[in-house]
Amino acid sequence: MKRILGEAEHLVRLALVAAVLVVIFFAIRRAVVPVGFGKYGHYRAPSLDDIRARPISFAGHEACEACHDEVVKTKVAGKHAHVNCEACHGPAAKHADDPFNNQAVKPDPATLCVRCHEADAAKPKSFPQVVSREHYGGSGCGDCHNPHHPNGV
Amino acid sequence: MELNRRELLSGVGKFIILSGAARAALENASGAPGVDSQYRMAEHWWGMTIDVGKCIGCGNCVRACAAENGVPKGYFRTWVERYHVSGADLEHPQVDSPDGGFNGFPPRQVGGKNFFVPKLCNHCVDSPCVQSCPVGATYDSPDGVVLVDEKYCVGCRYCIQACPYGCRYLHPTKHTADKCTLCYHRITKGLTTACCEACPTGARQLADLKNPNDPVHEFLRSNNVQILKPYMATRAKVYYKDLDGAVR
Repeated sequence: MKRILGEAEHLVRLALVAAVLVVIFFAIRRAVVPVGFGKYGHYRAPSLDDIRARPISFAGHEACEACHDEVVKTKVAGKHAHVNCEACHGPAAKHADDPFNNQAVKPDPATLCVRCHEADAAKPKSFPQVVSREHYGGSGCGDCHNPHHPNGV
Repeated sequence: MELNRRELLSGVGKFIILSGAARAALENASGAPGVDSQYRMAEHWWGMTIDVGKCIGCGNCVRACAAENGVPKGYFRTWVERYHVSGADLEHPQVDSPDGGFNGFPPRQVGGKNFFVPKLCNHCVDSPCVQSCPVGATYDSPDGVVLVDEKYCVGCRYCIQACPYGCRYLHPTKHTADKCTLCYHRITKGLTTACCEACPTGARQLADLKNPNDPVHEFLRSNNVQILKPYMATRAKVYYKDLDGAVR
């Protein structure tokens, strides 16, 4: 060994120690930095999959329309044609997944309709509004209007 | 146990090689269950359009967001503000937002200009929140959504202070920063966001700016479109149509 390296042996030893330190640095770095960190940027790439894997609670109107085609036919000619089902019925993903064990919500027109149609100065002028107390006191909206096709009475 | 130098060095070498191999295997096995691999991040660039003239302040978006994302009571990922600008004082609008509009608004008939403004994370291209995060827990996804890695967030609240729009909060039980994800778990499945799904007037529309057939391009071309606080140079991607100059 000494004969081959000659006077440089002490330098080789130093270089070996330095190489071991570099290897240890990268080993610690691998152990500490989480998997996928830096793949797309300064963050943990699998976090995107974590967020994507969260469950949904709104099924989307396409899922509703796949079964309830009779409601689609009623709605399409009315003023509520572009109001999605879950805007009034609430989140229905569980119902869409298993319709027989999970009932969809039938909202109460007495509290539902005024949320949108109670008159307010901040609402767009073209939006149909009523002062519910004066409009037809004492009775629910559903007595006169069909929520799926509310045109006229 | 006697350990000579040769054994120690070879042992350390083996450990490093094996741990590297195990790690490579782990990385290949990544991908959470229930994630659709058909979705290509490079093909999307998400934002939202809001037609202020269509918002009726019903609060459907606020309730839908809470139901979809489990937003704790009293905290908001999206909320609705009601503006009242009197003719005399244009610089100081009166703004109310009871419970963020969760239960709608108490009806009011007053003069002047009145309108609703829905708000949410603007998913800025140059997000102050992302720049201020010291640990890399909040980030811009490759498809343009600002997200929080709740496993990595240390709850320091820097991002909450940095957001000029007040769109972030510290989750009261998780103790991590929380915010609108633009329903990332929905839009990557081809669905729209919960707030857009529940909006009865179509005032909110999810927009994919990389999709040439998305109506957002016509919306941006042919309308008077503003973003909030443009002087902050955040390059916000929530585009408001016909926004009153009084809105902050």
